[in-house]
Amino acid sequence: MTVTTHTRRGALGVFAAAATAFAFAAPAQAQVDFSGQTIEWIIPFGTGGGSDTWARFNAPFLSRHLPGNPTVVVVNEPGGGSTRGTNLFAQRARADGQTILGTSGSTQFPYLLGDPRVRYEYQDWSVVMVGPTGGVAYVSPSTGVESIDDIANLQGQRLVYASQGATSLDLVPMLAFKLLGLDVNYVFGFGGRGDGRLAFERGEVNIDYQTSSAFIGNVTPLVEEGKAVPIMSWGVLDEDGNPQRDPTFPDLPILEEVYEAMHGEAPSGPMYDAYKAFNTAGFAAQKMVVLPEGASDELVETYRQAWRDVFEDPEYQESFEAALGSYGQVTDRGADALFAAGTNIDPEVRAMVVDMLSDEYNVRLGD
Amino acid sequence: MLDVFLSALADILTVKHIGYMMIGVVVGLMIGIFPGLGGIAGLSLMIPFLYGMDTTSALAMLIGLVAVIPTSDTFASVLMGIPGSSASQATVLDGFPMAKRGEAARALSAAFFASLTGGIIGAVVLTGFVLIARPVILAFSSAELFMLSVFGLSMVGVLAGKSLVKGVAACALGLIIGSIGGAPATGEFRMVFGVDYLYDGIPLVIIGLGLFAVPEIIDLLRRDRSIAEGAKLGSGWLTGIRDVARNWWLTLRCSGIGALIGAIPGLGGTVVDWIAYGHAVQTVKDNPHFGRGDVRGVIAPESANNAKEGGGLLPTLLFGIPGGGAMAVFLGGMVLLGIQPGPSMVGSNLDLTYTIIWSLALANVLGAGLCILLAVPISRLTLIPFRLLAPFMIVVICFAAFQATRTLDDLIVLLATGVLGVYMRRFGWPRPALLIGFVLATQAETYLYQAVQFYGWEFLTRTGVMIIIGITAGSIWLGLRARVSEVSPEEVLALEARDDAAGPAANIRARAPQILFALVAFGFFSVGLHDALQHSFLGQVFPLIMASAGMLFTALVLGFLILGKPNHAVSSDTEHLERPDAEPQRSTLGALAWVASLVALTAVVGFVTALVVFFVAFLKIRARASWLMTLLLTGGCTGFVLTLASALNMRFPGGLLQELYRLPWPFS
Repeated sequence: MTVTTHTRRGALGVFAAAATAFAFAAPAQAQVDFSGQTIEWIIPFGTGGGSDTWARFNAPFLSRHLPGNPTVVVVNEPGGGSTRGTNLFAQRARADGQTILGTSGSTQFPYLLGDPRVRYEYQDWSVVMVGPTGGVAYVSPSTGVESIDDIANLQGQRLVYASQGATSLDLVPMLAFKLLGLDVNYVFGFGGRGDGRLAFERGEVNIDYQTSSAFIGNVTPLVEEGKAVPIMSWGVLDEDGNPQRDPTFPDLPILEEVYEAMHGEAPSGPMYDAYKAFNTAGFAAQKMVVLPEGASDELVETYRQAWRDVFEDPEYQESFEAALGSYGQVTDRGADALFAAGTNIDPEVRAMVVDMLSDEYNVRLGD
Repeated sequence: MLDVFLSALADILTVKHIGYMMIGVVVGLMIGIFPGLGGIAGLSLMIPFLYGMDTTSALAMLIGLVAVIPTSDTFASVLMGIPGSSASQATVLDGFPMAKRGEAARALSAAFFASLTGGIIGAVVLTGFVLIARPVILAFSSAELFMLSVFGLSMVGVLAGKSLVKGVAACALGLIIGSIGGAPATGEFRMVFGVDYLYDGIPLVIIGLGLFAVPEIIDLLRRDRSIAEGAKLGSGWLTGIRDVARNWWLTLRCSGIGALIGAIPGLGGTVVDWIAYGHAVQTVKDNPHFGRGDVRGVIAPESANNAKEGGGLLPTLLFGIPGGGAMAVFLGGMVLLGIQPGPSMVGSNLDLTYTIIWSLALANVLGAGLCILLAVPISRLTLIPFRLLAPFMIVVICFAAFQATRTLDDLIVLLATGVLGVYMRRFGWPRPALLIGFVLATQAETYLYQAVQFYGWEFLTRTGVMIIIGITAGSIWLGLRARVSEVSPEEVLALEARDDAAGPAANIRARAPQILFALVAFGFFSVGLHDALQHSFLGQVFPLIMASAGMLFTALVLGFLILGKPNHAVSSDTEHLERPDAEPQRSTLGALAWVASLVALTAVVGFVTALVVFFVAFLKIRARASWLMTLLLTGGCTGFVLTLASALNMRFPGGLLQELYRLPWPFS
């Protein structure tokens, strides 16, 4: 599925490039120009969170590189775990380029799971940029794991994990641990990964994960003190959608490697497909910028060109890493591949995950 | 250590630093004075300017903004009885009665001076505490946090008013309303009835506005005069400062409480003001008249809520866990500036931490100083005839309410909780008790579940838990001796003189409205109970217990109402309080209808058009203002709301019209 969608999108990209070339050749044709206009960047989350910070970091650069230098404002529309603002975008936004949406893993997950509150369809939209992120899982040395090589010691142990909820981004570690065959007791109701890390530091839980920037800032000191042992990263996807080691943590294996070391073969099957889909939606393709249904190829290309120019901007390159971490944002082919992998799921895999959530964790999405 | 401290101090006391901080303070003041808008709105205004600024100046601006908000929100709490933010809900209890007495300037300056003191004391406490904060914060596990929630709930004993039975029932009501939405342990959605809005639970700001602001507006509309009775301002701002100086020990204690509770992540800043208020009620022995305009009821929460911001910095800086909305904003700003929170903040970045802590203290001084200067002119608002002020206040609370999710649903829920508040006020059901229950519902349930998961029931034997149990027991014991009452002893006597019927039949006749209200509450608990039974064990156990307790205590209320002797403490109905010399009052329903009309109009034509129609209608029909006055006030209010909204990139809630047609801003 990934491959076919990718090809279709790739073709679209070629078509878009041709369209631009055509537009270039015929200057009489009206070009997209946002002079004097205001572009609303809908963020379906509240102010001060990760998505908001991400958008507010990017907005001035986007404004600088869109033709006509429009004002780009971030409009927060929180609620319903980001489904409310996204529904609003799907229902209201016109394809004139003046309204764009920034999604996050929490927007992708309910869509993939078939949450009844979701009234949006990713496949109607055109992706113009994807901002990846990463994460690292780590354990307490009290589990008997003192380095990556001891990871087999985790099997047969009762592990405890502090979770924000079974349908949150914590679904990814849940699927990963399940795939590895670890026996993990999930304690829910944590407000964020920071609270989970606190529980780890208190010794209440012995397995945890943090997003990359939080891991570097807060867990690395614990690793140096010998109080935490990193075991794997969630990895990144290359342009063809294949999992690779995370360049931020080149020494850490990814789940696929850990699985192979533990079980002697590469992971496969519906549980692995589920892990892959949600891992991509939650991390490799966590943040997306999309245009509404019906956006012309010309408009899509205008936005993609703007992002290409943003990525080249020296000021952006200088301040990017400090604010958002070391994961390069992508457009064009890379964005298409991530978009396709992060917004598609086999109906059978979805059904399996939904059943697992309802059987094991009492999560009923239909409520 | 000392050199780090001194270099941080030298950084702060530069003209440039103070200049940028002043920008933050002024923006924060302008935003914070408006109920419902807080640090979040301020940040959106400020973010574009953060680019290209050096880190220290940008931090100074952010801190100026964050520091002044719990100070400036006091204006609305004291002058209008509208809780400016969740941090100044307790301030309403005594601040607003003072304004009604014509002592608005005194209440405000006492509040601001207490804020200033609290801010500084908070910074002093933190200066030392920051070095040992990591282990202390880590010592508060879910078990201790659960016991702290129980401690917070024990404040119901103090806030219950005349009847403890009603207090417990009101608290249970809050706990049930607070449990609407996703269950912490399983994510099951409780009492959502398929309504999207309820999935997230009801926002605290709306509960606060509905319970406290709407009933006061209704009451003032019925009495139809200025907020300050007698339309004159009494003692001024110097008295307020003297009040704080005279109660320096109370200020000190409450600041300490604020800084420490603020530093514990997970409990949230939302109960700090109530705990400080409860503490004041328990410990003040000298002629207390809390709930009826005791200045100490203003000093306690205000000194605590500014100290809390300082405390809240610790988990934000050391662990990257924001203690509340304002801190989340601050954290977002820090990330944009490229500062990562973490253990380095007490290591290599200690100077930065001290810069932040002491900037906060300085910003408190600047902010509170500015507010004290403004207190006297702004308190003249309370002299305006209420019929002219009312449409503004109704628009203000609606505006504040829809900051929660920017939808019509916010206004509908505001109206519903407003009706609840009006009748709770009338029948003497303590509203603070409901609020405490609401705020702590999620915390209590989550932490109990987590504590049992991590430690089993042996969590009760942990040292920290035992200590907090001891404090809670002491607090309950103190609470049983001192209780807040919105009704004075004379008023109770007046009521009792009237309530002379005996026997169940006569009771039912005399107390029919109260009995009906209690029956509605009982019905609500039954719905909660029924809903709880649909869920899995972990999803149902908390609401099941709370709904059962609520039913039990409401049944007790009903029993006392029907069978109780005349003048029983449970019986209370302010409509019986009419004194012979009292002015005739307009009807409650008429006043509520005006609020409802704005909501209904919004549902049809969207907020902006509704606002204009509502203003003209109210001023012409109800206030009988001249056309010139009507046009001036309508234009002024509309212009102000539009300016504010355009500065904040805000869309207004739409109605039927917006469903059918695509309209340009501000009608969209």
